[in-house]
Parts: sequence; C-alpha cells; structure tokens
Amino acid sequence: MDFLRPETLAEALELKAQRPDAVPIAGGTDVMVEMNYDHRRPSALLDLTRIAELQQWTEGLRVGAGVPYVRIIDELGAQLPGLAMASRTVGSPQIRNRGTVGGNLGAASPAGDTHPVLLASGAVIEVASVRGTRMIPATEFYLGVKRNALEADELITAVHLTPAAGPQQFSKVGTRNAMVIAVCSFAISLFPAENRVGAAVGSAAPTPRRAPEAEAFLAAELDFANPKPLLDSVKREFGELVSRAASPIDDVRGSAEYRKHALAVMARRTLGWAWQELLDGDKACA
Amino acid sequence: MRVNVTVNGEQRQADDVWEGESLLFVLRERLGLPGSKNACEQGECGSCTVYLDDVPVCACLVAAGQAQDREVRTVEGLASGDQLDPVQEAFVEAGAVQCGFCTPGLVVQAHDLLDRVPNPSDPEIREALAGNLCRCTGYEKILDAVRLAASRR
Ligand SMILES: Cc1cc2nc3c(=O)[nH]c(=O)nc-3n(C[C@H](O)[C@H](O)[C@H](O)COP(=O)(O)OP(=O)(O)OC[C@H]3O[C@@H](n4cnc5c(N)ncnc54)[C@H](O)[C@@H]3O)c2cc1C
Ligand code: FES
Ligand code: FES
Repeated sequence: MDFLRPETLAEALELKAQRPDAVPIAGGTDVMVEMNYDHRRPSALLDLTRIAELQQWTEGLRVGAGVPYVRIIDELGAQLPGLAMASRTVGSPQIRNRGTVGGNLGAASPAGDTHPVLLASGAVIEVASVRGTRMIPATEFYLGVKRNALEADELITAVHLTPAAGPQQFSKVGTRNAMVIAVCSFAISLFPAENRVGAAVGSAAPTPRRAPEAEAFLAAELDFANPKPLLDSVKREFGELVSRAASPIDDVRGSAEYRKHALAVMARRTLGWAWQELLDGDKACA
Repeated sequence: MRVNVTVNGEQRQADDVWEGESLLFVLRERLGLPGSKNACEQGECGSCTVYLDDVPVCACLVAAGQAQDREVRTVEGLASGDQLDPVQEAFVEAGAVQCGFCTPGLVVQAHDLLDRVPNPSDPEIREALAGNLCRCTGYEKILDAVRLAASRR
C-alpha cells in the first residue's frame, strides 16, 4: 500500500489521474473505520489534509471540500444556518473537528446529514480532475446507495451555496442527541423573494432526495409578501407530501412505516419553525 | 513508511509504519505511549482522544501518515513533571475514575473544553463530552470533576 501526500490540488489531481484506485482521505472518519475493520484495503491512500486550497471558504459562498464541520458551525452559522444545524448533529465534537462536507459527499451514504440541506438549498458540487472542473447540482450528485457522480480520476473540491435568502431548518431523528446515524432526516429552505421552497429527505430512500410535490404545494400556499400564521391543514398536507416523497426500508434503525410517520412530523414542525422565523422577522421590521 | 511527528513537545520517529495504520497504533505500539486507549477503533468511544495541532480528535481515525510533521499532545503530555494538570487532579479528587479506561480521553476532551470555555454550563459540559463513553461511573462524578477543574482555573 502507498500513502500519497500531495501538497497542492494540482499535485493531487495528477496523482488521482495516475492512480484512479487511490482512496482519498480527508477527516478519515469514514475511511479509517473501514481500514481499522479490514473492510477496505486500497492500493493507496491519498491524503487531502495538506492541501490548503481545500481548507478554505470564500464569500459567495464557495466552501472548500476539506473545511471541517466545526468551522462551518463557528464561521458560517449566520450565512448557512441549515448546513450549520446539520453539522451540529454530526457525531461528537471529536468527529466534527475532523469530518468534512467533502467526506460526507464522498461517502454518499443515504443517511449523511448534510445531503438534505444541500438539496433543499440548491447547492452545487464542484469536482475537478486533470481534465477540468465540473459543476454538479446536488440533485444530480447522488446516484445510489453510497454511489455518487464522481469519476475515478476526480476529486470533490468545493460546495457552492448562496447565503441563506430566508429561514432554513434541519431535523433528524435518532436515539440520542449525539453520535447517531439518522433514522431519517429532513431539511427545508424558504426563498421568500423567489416565492420558492426547498425540501429534502435523508435516510429514507436509496439516496437523499428532494420532495418536489411538497415544495410546489407549499410555494403555492405560502403568502411570502404578506405572511400570516399558517393553517394546520397546510402544515399537515405538507407533511403528508414529504412523507410520500420517501421510499424507506425497514432496517435496524427503524421501520419504513416509522420513517414515513417521522418525516411527516419533522416536515410539519420544521415548517412551523421556519415560518415563525419569517413572521418574527416581519414584526421586527414593522 | 517512516513517520516523523512531534509528540508532547518531542520530535519522534516511527519506522516500518504500515500505510493504513492509525495514529493511535503508532502512539501505543511504536512510540511507547499507552495513555491513549484503544476501545472501539471506530470513533464511537473517545478513549483515544488526543490533540492534533491543538484540536482534539480520535487518534484511531487519523491515518499515521496524516500526522507527519504535525504536533500531537497526548494525556501523557498534560502534566508538568510530577505536577498533574488541574483537570487530572480534579478527576482524582472527584472520584471520576473507576476502571480508568475512559479517563485519558475524557481528560483531554475536558482540558480542551476548559481552554475554550473557562466556565462552562452543564449543557456545555455534556455536549463537549458527548463523544466519550464511560461504562463505570454513570458520568455524574465526571461532571463534578469538570466543574471542580473549572472552579480552580
Ligand atoms: C463516530 C462517528 C459518528 C458519525 N456520525 C455521523 C453523523 O451523525 N452524520 C453523518 O452524516 N455522518 C456521520 N459520520 C460519518 C462521517 O463522519 C461523515 O460522513 C464525514 O462527513 C466524513 O468526512 P471525512 O472528512 O472524515 O471523510 P473521509 O473518511 O476522509 O472520507 C469519506 C469518503 O469520502 C471520500 N472523500 C473524502 N474527501 C474527498 C474529496 N475531497 N474528493 C473525493 N472523495 C473524497 C473518501 O475517499 C471516502 O470514500 C460519523 C462517523 C463516525 C466515526
Ligand atoms: S478507540 Fe478511538 S474512539 Fe474508540
Ligand atoms: S471509569 Fe471505567 S469506563 Fe469510565
């Protein structure tokens, strides 16, 4: 086995082109578990932690694939509230100090916590190889259970997101507050200026996915220009449509039926919180 | 491969390191520092917590090669000579140690918390220690120890 230690992105892309079988390692919080348990024996590990380009975020926003969760929480909480909320629920402090969004995308687990947020907020994933750079909308990134749109010679370089244009919420069901893989999860983003809603489910289908019917229904119901308290019937219908967008399975963490139920509850509640934020903001302006 | 790393202020070198090996293995089995414990090797228990460039991480999830030219501080590096760190003293005095297996990880994690938040609230303590499992104490004495250490700093 080889341990490859590029210092620059260009060098890393060169190495990945020569050794497409090399496994990238960022925070190692997925890769090292597989190594320690003999589940993976790659011919090489490609260490990404020395590459300064991947550890930076710039206004706009472009968040480098190697920015760990703790920095998203501390530095980007105001601009990316949804992503910061999801980041706060990942693992433990030690895991958040090390784990990265790039790693979450690389692993592409249906249960990964950042995925519903990236889908609901219209994120675009930047990937690169010696052949050039590709911009992949989050909606086209997840292809199957632990499969993503990355080619063998490509690396994930960044996630592009616009600073939140309205309230965002994330919610996750698990057996305790820390250290849980989501039984199921849900993210919502409101875009008041565009009369638009983003909604996506996690851990409730082979891939994380958006709930387009729920989004369209809610966008038609919400009066962004003149926000009034929401009818319970609207929240309920939204919850139902979110639940219907999922195709969960029974597994050790929960049954399909439970997941469907929990998604409807989370969708209703997070909508309530997000809408309240908008109402409160409106009052503050008046 | 060879790994050069600064551990507790000393420049150390480990030879014949397997490329897929963890920093935890290097510390315990190659550098003679068994303070950091190996319980789960999957990031779940926190007993292997060390500082890597001043940030607490699970040493079992750091590839040895990723520690090259970095600075590691283990539980062995907290005391100055025979003088225990206040966090270590508080763990002893509060009775926060039973079998002691979880202690090194908890001490490092609590040490970092108090560096960042000198007077943490109970929820802040619980949140900071959420990734460290203890099967003996029931955690109450551990919370006592962190409060005691905070009051003395
Ligand atoms: C105890 C524990 C608790 C956890 N809890 C959660 C949780 O609550 N929620 C959650 O979502 N996840 C959780 N995880 C999983 C993991 O922490 C996350 O998926 C994290 O985002 C992985 O990031 P990393 O940088 O550590 O990835 P790594 O382990 O370094 O890599 C993960 C995968 O992505 C690939 N990769 C990494 N970076 C790139 C890149 N730039 N380009 C291309 N491929 C890349 C790697 O080759 C690998 O396949 C947990 C893990 C542990 C050990
Ligand atoms: S041994 Fe590293 S977290 Fe358990
Ligand atoms: S004292 Fe035994 S595990 Fe904590």
